[in-house]
Amino acid sequence: MSARQVAEQVLDPELPVLTLADLGVLRDVREDGDRVTVTITPTYSGCPALDEMRADLVTRLTDAGYAAVEVRTVLHPAWTTDWISEDGRRKLADHGIAPPQRVGPRAVGPVPLNLEPPARRVPCPRCGSARTTELSRFGSTACKALRRCEDCREPFEQIKEL
Amino acid sequence: MDNAYDGLTDAGEERHWAFGTGFTAALAGVDRAIPDVDRAALAAYCLMLGDDALVYSQRLAEWCSRAPELEEDVALANIALDLLGQARLLLTRAGEVEAAGRDEDTLAYLRDEREFRNVRLTEIDCGPGPGGDFGTTIARLLVLSTWRLALLGQLTASADPVLAAVAAKGVKELAYHRDHAAQWVLRLAGGTDVSRARMIAGLERVWPFTDELFTTHPVEAALPGVAVDPATLRAEFDQVIDTVFGAADLDRPEVRQVAPLAGQAGRDGVHTEAMGFLLAEMQHIARSTPGAVW
Repeated sequence: MSARQVAEQVLDPELPVLTLADLGVLRDVREDGDRVTVTITPTYSGCPALDEMRADLVTRLTDAGYAAVEVRTVLHPAWTTDWISEDGRRKLADHGIAPPQRVGPRAVGPVPLNLEPPARRVPCPRCGSARTTELSRFGSTACKALRRCEDCREPFEQIKEL
Repeated sequence: MDNAYDGLTDAGEERHWAFGTGFTAALAGVDRAIPDVDRAALAAYCLMLGDDALVYSQRLAEWCSRAPELEEDVALANIALDLLGQARLLLTRAGEVEAAGRDEDTLAYLRDEREFRNVRLTEIDCGPGPGGDFGTTIARLLVLSTWRLALLGQLTASADPVLAAVAAKGVKELAYHRDHAAQWVLRLAGGTDVSRARMIAGLERVWPFTDELFTTHPVEAALPGVAVDPATLRAEFDQVIDTVFGAADLDRPEVRQVAPLAGQAGRDGVHTEAMGFLLAEMQHIARSTPGAVW
């Protein structure tokens, strides 16, 4: 297996249904003999999973026989949920977590203010109903919001758009 | 055993400072070229923006388990975590540019009150202590997140690549914080007589500290192209606040501003009486067991 393949299969410590590749935080893998340089980017500034990701990458690549593993971090360009792969979106939904919608590039200039939660149609990952409501924009981790399905009445998490 | 924490450490394992972040430096592996500017000013500027985030994060974290509802505990803690992440990056950058061997933990835990450079609005007690309540907390969240979002928005064009990158990430986070505050202002102002009165009282409590947010400091003036001149943020701030107040049927508080002391305020290390208590709580364990590892 190439170093890239090994790195791509490392799991996100907080959403272990996703690989780092699915999540879109793996920016680059360079192999030079038995030396590897992996570049990752944080999701949120305060995401505590970043240190775990670094450690897991070093462990997995070392186990795969690479003698020197360096994990670099890039802050630019800033991570966006648009980088979560199609595969990753499917895995999230299968796991009961609604995937984020596509946001596209941010417009230049001041960020528009939302005086009410944006009326996004987020289908329920359990029953598929489109009638869901946001309970809280902030969930169990920095990247998730909490919603409820008005038909099956189950609460569920959603990766919020960033 | 001299140190109670020694027992928690296996000899072969990496040891972490028990009360610091102790992990990999926040900027590990980031391209950290330093632009050709006044280094002392750049270090001081990173400290200002980092201290705003650190101190305000500490204040917000006080709400954890004490907010009016569980979702709000989680929300305020999440906002605090975003700001703590921004603080780690900015304090690490400050230490690196200063090049005097101070890392983020040293800067957070081992500086005294006069060395902190945060604006005073971040440090005052807006609840859950006696200085405020949830309405006051939401008032401060509206003011500070509106101001910081405008600031970071401009900072994305900074000539310092690290500041620009930290800002670009922060803008996305702050947009959520500001929306959250604005939506609460509408709920509280449009709720019961009590919630409305508390919202108005909360705005009156925080408003005296707003002029300080827009006062240009010599450090900012010394870094054209790198730092944002806060005086230029007023138009965007006013426009957002007017929109929220218009929708909530609120007037701007008519209260006197808290003046600087002999021309000096938070950016100069001159703080309110709340700051010492805040630092005592934030720093005392790290200082009373210096160098403890786990």
